[in-house]
Order: sequence, then C-alpha cells, then structure tokens
Amino acid sequence: MTASFLILAALTIAGTAAAMSLRNLIHCVLALTLGFLGLAMLYLQLGAQFVGFTQILVYIGAVAILAVFAIMMTQSAGPHAQPALSSFWITGCLVAGTVFVVLAWAICSGSASAPTPPQPGVSVNQIGDALMHQFALPLEIMGLLLTAALIGAVILAMPEKKGEQ
Amino acid sequence: MNSLTGYLLLSALLFSIGLAGALTRRNAILVLIGIELMLNAANLNFIAFWRYGPNPSALTGIMFAIFSISVAAAEAAVGLGIILAVYRHAKTTDLDQMNSMKG
Repeated sequence: MTASFLILAALTIAGTAAAMSLRNLIHCVLALTLGFLGLAMLYLQLGAQFVGFTQILVYIGAVAILAVFAIMMTQSAGPHAQPALSSFWITGCLVAGTVFVVLAWAICSGSASAPTPPQPGVSVNQIGDALMHQFALPLEIMGLLLTAALIGAVILAMPEKKGEQ
Repeated sequence: MNSLTGYLLLSALLFSIGLAGALTRRNAILVLIGIELMLNAANLNFIAFWRYGPNPSALTGIMFAIFSISVAAAEAAVGLGIILAVYRHAKTTDLDQMNSMKG
C-alpha cells in the first residue's frame, strides 16, 4: 500500500467515474483515456511492462479513438435536451453498489496475509518464447478471431443495398 | 491490509463503476465503454494475482491478460459496428428509444 499505488488508483477511479458520469460524450472519452492510462501505470507498477504498453496501444490508441469516431458518426456529441441517464438509473446504481459491497466483503474476509514475493522480472523475450511454444494454439485462434471480427465489423458497418426492387 | 487486497478492492470498484455506467447511461456507445471497463477490472485482477501468486514465473496471468485485451479489442470493433448499423435504421443511439427489434 504505497503512495504511488494510492495516486494511480485515485487517477484511475477519477478518470473512469468521470467517463461514466459526464454529459458531453467527447469529454467522457477523454476522461476514459485518463482512466486507461492510470490502469497502464498500475500494470507497470506490478511488473507487467508488456501488458502495460499493450494497454496503452490497444485501449488508448485504438478503442478510445474508435469510440470517438463512433460518437462523431452518430452525431451524438452535441448538446442534448434529454437527460444523460436512463429512466431507471436509481435501480442501476443500487445494483452496482450492492455488487461492490458484496465483492469488497468477500475480498476483505477472505484475504490471507501471505508474504509478498519478490518482483518477478519478465522480459518480452520470455513472453514471445511462451507465445511461440506453450501458447501457440491460443495465439493462432486469437489471430483467427481478430480476422473474423475485422471482417464482421466491416460487413456490419457497410451501407446496405437498396433491397429487392 | 496487504497490497493484493488493495489491488482487488480497486478492481472491484472499477467493475462497479463500469456496471453502473452500463446500467444507467442512455447512449449505446457509453454502455459499450462500461462493458470495456468491466473487462479491464478483470485484467487488473489477472495481473495482481500473477504478481502476488505463488508462482509468478509461469507467465499465465500475463498471457490471460494479453488474450483478454485482444478479445476486448475485437468486441469493441464489432460492438461499434453494430451500433452504427442500428443508428442507420433507428436514427438514434438512445437506448430508451430503441424499444423495437423490428427494423
């Protein structure tokens, strides 16, 4: 429980909470990138450098940009007369709060005080080696999934033909 | 309260924020982002358990997190494609107005 962990946790929570509560959608995505950046820093602090930089590349570089494009293409970035929250938002907040209380209770009651192991040094070399040998089949399946998702997204977003006439 | 408990509590809070956003926001894109936040909470759990687990040299947690990030990227691409396709029909991304499955 160090100071750097507390600062990064506060950054992450503030960014994600702002992303879920602001009214302007562009501001939401900007706050979301801040939260993702805090998460990437947490990964770096935990010793998972590769996952941290992957987080920055994939989430900030791709997912957030994709969300900005989707917001601009659906023209929902402007000012709104309608409320940002749906009609049953009290129920949703209650459900989320209950989930957090149950999870926190389970974590606090079940944690054993094990000694902290030393920081594991994992190089990209080791990760690549494991991906090529031990995890070769999952890697191939992941490539197949990404290809299918790419083609599927393009087909979904293509303008439809005028139908049968 | 050791370090692992702190990371797990942070992850639970992140999950709850994502769940609250997915349940309460009206815009479909923000609902998708809330689901991404829940996936990120799971990733943080993977990395924290890998770091403080008994056998960190096995790399299993890192591999799970990498594959999970890839699946999340594919999910975001397909989800936003679906939202664009629905927007073309319904002319809105407001989930309260999308109450019909027949285009």
